[in-house]
Amino acid sequence: MTMDALKHSLVPKHSKLSDNEKAVLLEKYAAELKQLPRIYGSDPALSSLSVKEGDIIKIERASKTAGIFAYYRVVTGN
Amino acid sequence: MKKEHQDIIDQYSEILPPYILGQIDQYLPSSSTKVQVEKVLSKVIEAFETAKVNPGECVGLVSAESIGEPGTQMTLNTFHLAGVAEVQVTTGLPRIIEIFDAQKSIKTPMMEIYLKDSHNSVDAVRKFAAKIKSTLFGEFAKEYSLDIFDQKLQVLLNKEFLADHEITAKDLAKSIKLKSKGFVIVVEDDRIIFEHKGKPEEIKELYNLKNKIRLVKVKGLKGITQVLPVKRGEKYLVLTAGTNLKDVLDLPEVDVTRTTSNDIHEVYSVLGVEAARQIIINEVFKVIESQGLNVDLRHIMLVADIMCVGGNIKGITRYGVVSEKASVLARASFETPVKHIINAALEGEVDYLTSVVENVMINQPVPLGTGLPGLITKLK
Repeated sequence: MTMDALKHSLVPKHSKLSDNEKAVLLEKYAAELKQLPRIYGSDPALSSLSVKEGDIIKIERASKTAGIFAYYRVVTGN
Repeated sequence: MKKEHQDIIDQYSEILPPYILGQIDQYLPSSSTKVQVEKVLSKVIEAFETAKVNPGECVGLVSAESIGEPGTQMTLNTFHLAGVAEVQVTTGLPRIIEIFDAQKSIKTPMMEIYLKDSHNSVDAVRKFAAKIKSTLFGEFAKEYSLDIFDQKLQVLLNKEFLADHEITAKDLAKSIKLKSKGFVIVVEDDRIIFEHKGKPEEIKELYNLKNKIRLVKVKGLKGITQVLPVKRGEKYLVLTAGTNLKDVLDLPEVDVTRTTSNDIHEVYSVLGVEAARQIIINEVFKVIESQGLNVDLRHIMLVADIMCVGGNIKGITRYGVVSEKASVLARASFETPVKHIINAALEGEVDYLTSVVENVMINQPVPLGTGLPGLITKLK
């Protein structure tokens, strides 16, 4: 496929968290990696990010009720 | 807005969500003083805190009731409205079931194709619609005649239809070449003649050939069976029956930022899990809205989140979301209880009774609301 999925209006902004941000996030929610929602590494929205298993993806969703809010998913295999 | 208001509001960015802050910013009169602004903000915080859901509130149950109750009214409405729309669309309860069960093949797959601004005219939209519609060889043929004596199959073509689609008889012959191996194809102005290569064999073969070539796709995109150019506001768009999101998005005329399909699985494979979640919300909301019902968007969002939490789409079925539950008893309470209990017994599964359903079943307090926190008592 030639187009970038991120350009589509249905796809919110995806970005990868640095190791530091990752630690802060897990500390804030007192969560472990396996408790986070998942996203597959092969997901079309991640094609322009180089991700590996265990990375956390920050997704900035536009919501009618809360404006823009962040949602986090952890990358799992293929 | 006044700069100083902005500064005060910015201090609250940790406490209130950006959307609410934006609203305050928008509606504050520019004449208000610093004290007034702060007063407004403290009132908003108060209202915001009371509106928050308490820890331990069973939001899933509230969602289930809030979607389920209007659902009972929906069933009745569906049958009255059937067949009214210009393109047949599944709505009402059948569509809701399709979405929530995440069914692989839906009854009426559809796409809304938006075109780039440079193609925003009646002619361009018509032309584009004709281009993507999948057209079979059979649609170009006016008449088939089998010549038994000469062992020939003659196909008379519909010339006007060919001209409409800007296709010549030669192009047609080319597209069916693969399917008609072993035959000599003679192309004339308005007819195509098939003859056996070498010695004539059974007439049955010619008959089979006829049935085979009729279903060969000559042009267009696979799966798109109907097209309907429409005008919505200032924009022209093409509604289709049948979907092929992947190929459509690759076409140069298409506005790739807005073109969508109503097939959740297709959106998932082309645009990813987040887009699929959004499509679930949009599609369910569309159905509920079209029935004149009123369900808060947050209930639908919760269901969509649950369906997409694992990175792929799971339906609310015993094979989807329910199969992921940790507790044997909770799974058994949904559907096919005997199967779950037997399998759990075979594998020696342990139920830690950490969730709701299993505790209800064995008559214990459930971890919800006031049952959630444990009490620590200091003994003297």
